[in-house]
Amino acid sequence: MPSVEVRKRVTIVEDIFHEGGPVARTPYRRAAILSVIKNPFAGRFVEEIVGFSEDLKPLGLEMAKALIAALGGDPKLIEGYGKGAIVGEAGEVEHGALWHAPGGYAMREALGGAKAIVPSAKKVAGPGARLDVPVTHIDASYVRSHFDAIEVGIADAPRADEMLLVLAMTTGARVHNRAGGLKASEIKGLDGLR
Amino acid sequence: MKAKIRKIVTIVEETRFEMGRAVEPPTRRAAAVAVIENPFAGRYVEDLAPLIEIGEELGELLASRAVAALGIEGPRAESYGKAAAVGENGELEHAAAILHPKLGAPVRKVLGKGAALIPSSKKRGGPGVALDVPLGHKDAAFVRSHFDGMEVRIADAPRANEIVVAVAVTDSGRPLPRVGGLTKHEIKGIDGLR
Repeated sequence: MPSVEVRKRVTIVEDIFHEGGPVARTPYRRAAILSVIKNPFAGRFVEEIVGFSEDLKPLGLEMAKALIAALGGDPKLIEGYGKGAIVGEAGEVEHGALWHAPGGYAMREALGGAKAIVPSAKKVAGPGARLDVPVTHIDASYVRSHFDAIEVGIADAPRADEMLLVLAMTTGARVHNRAGGLKASEIKGLDGLR
Repeated sequence: MKAKIRKIVTIVEETRFEMGRAVEPPTRRAAAVAVIENPFAGRYVEDLAPLIEIGEELGELLASRAVAALGIEGPRAESYGKAAAVGENGELEHAAAILHPKLGAPVRKVLGKGAALIPSSKKRGGPGVALDVPLGHKDAAFVRSHFDGMEVRIADAPRANEIVVAVAVTDSGRPLPRVGGLTKHEIKGIDGLR
């Protein structure tokens, strides 16, 4: 299987103190880590691609750990997550789908087990394209206070034969969350939903 | 006047390959970006002294954050730059007041030295506007390998009454520099130019 060549790594951390309302006692933090890799299938149709998912596993784990480190190093502080991919124009959206398993399982492993499905977004686009990476609670997808998104992008990526892979994590609820719904304190944590 | 900070975003970029050729060690740059309230939005104010003070405060804060994001000691930083984007209800002169009179001294203190001018850019724009922060070697502006720029942007800033202020710091020049000129090993570091 082809090896994974990382051209560039970008880490973004946002500390949000307020959004016009009361200043948070602890800032709400959201962060994303982006890797720009070569798309081994660019420029042609390849039927058997699923093996590349395996190749991405070590990269996923390395990114998940680096992202936790960027948020202070304690996995217990992480309450929300998401993932995404932007595939350069010589590739297919299906190539981005190869990130689902390695990206998701890497975060679950690095967080010591998280029950909820990892929300995701992906597309085919050019350098500088922006992606809104969806974020939900790590143990219960329905926790309304934790629904969020982080916008990411890199001016010079993805080139046509590249893919940009993203993991995102947050440390809590939106800074002025008050839209009701299931609360984090009410999670049963059995099915990953509630 | 203390800056009213809504959020701080830090971005780290690490380039490992360029045109398939390894960059060893990888080049790394970081930007720390604050979103602050513009105290003079929507009206003409003659005396901009409060913004000058805010510039001093942000110089220390953002340079420290950028260096911390790179995980290096200040003196190991090689190049730097600064920039500001003023929301639609402010003036370019507000950006100038923050960036030019007093922001530089605390940045240089964090970095140990900094004989060279800190290159800068500014603009007025809406939320998500891209800032290209110019970069130059911190001790000798003519070091050609370190002329560069870093694009930063924040999707939800600046709002009309806000200002986005960025300080960028690197521990390296461009990946694979080969256009000649003064090299970093030839720096005298006295006049800030060579």
